[in-house]
Amino acid sequence: MRFPALITVLMTTAMLAYATLDMPGWGDPSSPASTHVSPVYIQEAYEKTATPNIVTAVLADYRSHDTLGETVVIFTAGIACMMLLRRQK
Amino acid sequence: MIRDFEGVIVKTVCRAITPVIQLYGLYVIAHGHYSPGGGFQGGCILAASFILMVLAYDMKAVKKRMSEKLNTIFCSLGVIIYAGIGLLCLILGANFLDYGILHKILPADPAHSRSLGILGVEIGVGFTVMAVMVSIFLNIASGGEHEEEGEER
Repeated sequence: MRFPALITVLMTTAMLAYATLDMPGWGDPSSPASTHVSPVYIQEAYEKTATPNIVTAVLADYRSHDTLGETVVIFTAGIACMMLLRRQK
Repeated sequence: MIRDFEGVIVKTVCRAITPVIQLYGLYVIAHGHYSPGGGFQGGCILAASFILMVLAYDMKAVKKRMSEKLNTIFCSLGVIIYAGIGLLCLILGANFLDYGILHKILPADPAHSRSLGILGVEIGVGFTVMAVMVSIFLNIASGGEHEEEGEER
């Protein structure tokens, strides 16, 4: 029972390790992540949002839909915890 | 179940340090524009102050200051603030959560109204994170035994 699970884990590990070989190097300026939208954020974030902390500008302005989703996830977690744990006397 | 704890030093230090923690939590929320921080982190710090009060005193002392009902209202209020700012932008004629349009109702240019929109959103996130953390902690620590404050009186 355990042996197939071990094989599955090892194969998945090998596949993931093999997939990381295609990843761009750390901080590679020509990697897709650094050439698509990051330069625009770095150049324009301060002028357009008047927020010196670019992380905050990206989190709450450029990607505010994502942050709204995160907040709703936390809210749902709280409500679920309340509904599961609370006992009515 | 967390009972009242007999320790003068612990109680006094926790009571003295709690307002400082809460002030720091508000600082982290408000200063997210200039330094690392924001709604999530600041909300967690605010919740930590309530959890410290539960550990040093007992649950009743915290529920007297932050009742379950108020806590649940705060939970939803944060999401309502966030989505409300988004809807306000929609009503004013821009996309959902496009804060630039808020310059129509705020005394600021589009860039600064974006900054203020970010602040409003962070405050909403802070409310929700604080209330949810406190609520999860109280529910787990009490084993879900829910005592209405109104019934006791």
